[in-house]
Amino acid sequence: MTDKIRIATTSLAGCFGCHMSFLDIDERLLELIEHVEFDRSPLTDIEHCGSCDIGLIEGGVCNSENVHVLREFREHCKILVAVGACAINGGLPAMRNFVPLEECLNESYMTGIGIENPQIPNDPELPLLLDKVRPIHEIVKIDYFLPGCPPSADVFWKFLTDLLAGQEPSLTYELLRYD
Amino acid sequence: MTQTFMLDGLAIPFEDGQTIMEAAIAAGHYIPHLCYHPDFTPYGSCKLCNVNVNGKICAACTFPAMAGQTVISESEEQNRDRQRITQMLFVEGNHFCPSCEKSGNCQLQGVAYHLKMTDDHFNHQFPHREIDASHPDILIDFNRCIFCALCVRASQEEDGKAVFAISGRGINKRLIINSDSGQLKDSELTVNDRATHICPTGAILIKHTAYQVPIGDRQFDHHSISEVSMDQDSSAP
Amino acid sequence: MNDFIAQLLEANGHRKTRLLAILRAIQATYFHIPKEAITLLSRSLGLPVSHIISVVDFYSFFHSTPRGQYDILFSDSITDHMLDKQSLMNYFSHQCQVGIGQVRKDGRVSLDNTACTGMCDQGPAALINGYAVPRLDRPKIDLIAKLIEQELPLAEWPETIFQVDDPIWKTGLLLNSRLAPGESLLAADARGLDATLNEIDQSKLRGRGGAGFKTALKWRLCASEPEQERFVVCNADEGEPGTFKDRVLLNRYADWLIEGMTLASLLIKSQQGFLYLRGEYLHLFEPLQAKLAERRLNGLLGDNILGKGWSFDIEICLGAGSYICGEESALIESLEGRSGIARNRPPYPVTEGYLNKPTIVDNVETFIAAAHIAIHGGNWFAAQGTEQSSGTKILSISGDTPQPGIYEVPFGTPVAAILEDCLAEDVLGIQVGGPSGTFISNREFHRRLAFEDLPSGGSFIIFNKQRDILEIVRNFTHFFADESCGFCTPCRVGTILLSEQIDKLYDGYGSVGDIVALQELGHLLKTNSHCGLGQTAANPMLNTLARYPEIYQSKIKFPHFGPGFNLDEALQAARKIAHRDDSEAHLSQSGD
Repeated sequence: MTDKIRIATTSLAGCFGCHMSFLDIDERLLELIEHVEFDRSPLTDIEHCGSCDIGLIEGGVCNSENVHVLREFREHCKILVAVGACAINGGLPAMRNFVPLEECLNESYMTGIGIENPQIPNDPELPLLLDKVRPIHEIVKIDYFLPGCPPSADVFWKFLTDLLAGQEPSLTYELLRYD
Repeated sequence: MTQTFMLDGLAIPFEDGQTIMEAAIAAGHYIPHLCYHPDFTPYGSCKLCNVNVNGKICAACTFPAMAGQTVISESEEQNRDRQRITQMLFVEGNHFCPSCEKSGNCQLQGVAYHLKMTDDHFNHQFPHREIDASHPDILIDFNRCIFCALCVRASQEEDGKAVFAISGRGINKRLIINSDSGQLKDSELTVNDRATHICPTGAILIKHTAYQVPIGDRQFDHHSISEVSMDQDSSAP
Repeated sequence: MNDFIAQLLEANGHRKTRLLAILRAIQATYFHIPKEAITLLSRSLGLPVSHIISVVDFYSFFHSTPRGQYDILFSDSITDHMLDKQSLMNYFSHQCQVGIGQVRKDGRVSLDNTACTGMCDQGPAALINGYAVPRLDRPKIDLIAKLIEQELPLAEWPETIFQVDDPIWKTGLLLNSRLAPGESLLAADARGLDATLNEIDQSKLRGRGGAGFKTALKWRLCASEPEQERFVVCNADEGEPGTFKDRVLLNRYADWLIEGMTLASLLIKSQQGFLYLRGEYLHLFEPLQAKLAERRLNGLLGDNILGKGWSFDIEICLGAGSYICGEESALIESLEGRSGIARNRPPYPVTEGYLNKPTIVDNVETFIAAAHIAIHGGNWFAAQGTEQSSGTKILSISGDTPQPGIYEVPFGTPVAAILEDCLAEDVLGIQVGGPSGTFISNREFHRRLAFEDLPSGGSFIIFNKQRDILEIVRNFTHFFADESCGFCTPCRVGTILLSEQIDKLYDGYGSVGDIVALQELGHLLKTNSHCGLGQTAANPMLNTLARYPEIYQSKIKFPHFGPGFNLDEALQAARKIAHRDDSEAHLSQSGD
């Protein structure tokens, strides 16, 4: 048994930039790893989220698989955190929300420049796209939000160390950024 | 004898005809606001400056200061409501800060930072709105308009042009341009107009000026809008 | 078009304040407001194009793209729904081959919804090219469809189609009185004008629109303004769903109203009055004009009234589909030819109203009451009602009653007595004062109609136990979202968010969290909105949530949290494009 805090992370409709920023805590990772261990995450090879203390979600929800993963995280994580602009308001992927889905897909798979063998993918293995990219708080309950594109390494550090210290996480003025 | 009212427990002097906002600013107290600007006729639409006046909620920018008023602005309740109102502004339009060149200088963002807003709380409307890039020097991204009518007032009151109007009703409100084509290029707006510079968000932008100041070194990156605004509003003529 | 607009401008004296009237005429002729017309108006009136567009955009009866030659708007009031409105509308849609919200390809006919048209006593109702058509049923729709196919001009349609009744079931102090033309003016003259205002004060008359401001005080404040040009405005914009008493008063007792307005003009020393008539009452416009003309002819209006040297005239201004114009400062904005956006107050209209001049704005019923008080004295009126609510109230009763119509009852009358009068049975609850008023449950029938208990502008909608509370709330909440002027953030965005939250519960996707969210939003709207519309938009929800928490509870599907939108529906477009319908191509709302 371990008394380490268990963390899971994932990126839905995101760019992994938030994960990269997380890694930017640099040498502080060594200190962090004293107190936490990772469950499902790009940093591990675990396929499904197990019982965790904290789930960090990067990216908004653009397809049915995102919905399933998000629900899995919500089910298994005591604290679920929306990380970054895309998780919070859909972010850049949500800028497709102003183009009808059919037009998006036609442009990408049918009529766009340099397309060979044009067809819209319909393999049942592929998740279907939602008509709009949605922020994650519209699908499951979210406990905390870390804004930023990405949130800086210091934001991750402040948030996690606050939680580890058993205090209510809060960001200073300098750390709260939407860009 | 100077007349006073109480703002968050402090006696604030005022002159006849002053609003609560004007008196508060003159006395060095910040009340969050977006549609208010000291140079233009108070409008009262954003409701961020709502304060509790003797138990009733009033917009500080339009409500007259009166002797004996007890005004509460910096209460948990007022700031919670302000945060919700700010979140409403965020979800009704399309405010993607990372891709907006106004980021860091945006007052909507500044107010949100000030109120420690970390999320948008409500469901997003994702309205479909256009961009008008027809003008050689000026761009309008209607996605970011919050209907504060500052451009409308600046154009009318200072530029003497009436380039802008707020049209429609309810959630279908929209900013429109006074020209036969409806496009900015056919309007009288010029880059030197006050209306071009007044937008609190990234809705009205001057072309070719983006990113001259890098993200991270901008107005609200290190200073709260309460400080920035007090410097600017109290130095206005 | 040039000639048409030139004549129109001429007829309206090239006045900017007549913009609504001008636009109404253009809409009626061209079925929309053509761009060309906007340019012409802009040049000749000296108004920015954007100003005219903003007015066209604001009022629901103006359109920037053509409506049908016959434009049919079904009244969307809850009472219309209770009378099978939706299936009749679908029937109409089928008979005329026109989709709801659409214009038929040949441009002949268009079909849409509109807010309550003030025909709740004889619904379901519609407007055809602005003219009220009550008591719709299938035979009537068949007839209308036939006339449309024949392309018969509206003026040649059988009058029975447009026949509006005045069902008055109970009369009281006012409706039992008589008033010969000029009688109250002569009485006021005989008594003395100051003494007459004192009588109105003595009567304790309060505004009948619902807010209940003391009439004499309002008139006195206005009269005491140093500015000499003052205005008398009658608010005949009764848009509160479920209200129609002014329609009856305007049709039957127009003389009394005009007399009351003329009396007011003497008391506040005004020479010009306006009757702001809601656009939905277009059918009353000509009769009212005729009544004004008749009074001018009889020396009761115009110059030298009754040979006493008094001068006063009244202009009728029609609205164009906007509930908020019933708010007095929005009404004044509309009178001035602008969008109806409530002004910041202070200053109040009594000091800065129409054209920023001192103005009194009063309800139809208030002017009528004042006219009678001038004859009979203040005590006559104050003898009825309660200490704080003197006199009687004229109610518009609709919904689940065999006798919908007008009832005049003394203030202070318990709800139970009113229900007895109108033979309502098996009552679940009543919307008193319309959606912006109070929803009371059947445990509150001892409560009294009075400013100090249950204030009401006149709307009184009865719901029996077969009715679905959530459906009622949903209808009212959407009404407010549709009618929000959009000026202030809390109302513009809040009414939409509130509608979405109610829909979520109504559609069966609600959670406990949604009820908390409803309460929070309701509080925010109530306290932070700019005007009465936003401040009361959450009342139907807040009132019913407080009284029937179990109904809201029963709608909850998820214990804590439910998605904010329909997940499976969000996949519909992708399913269609990919031609998929396998199990992986669907999402459940619960995640089970």
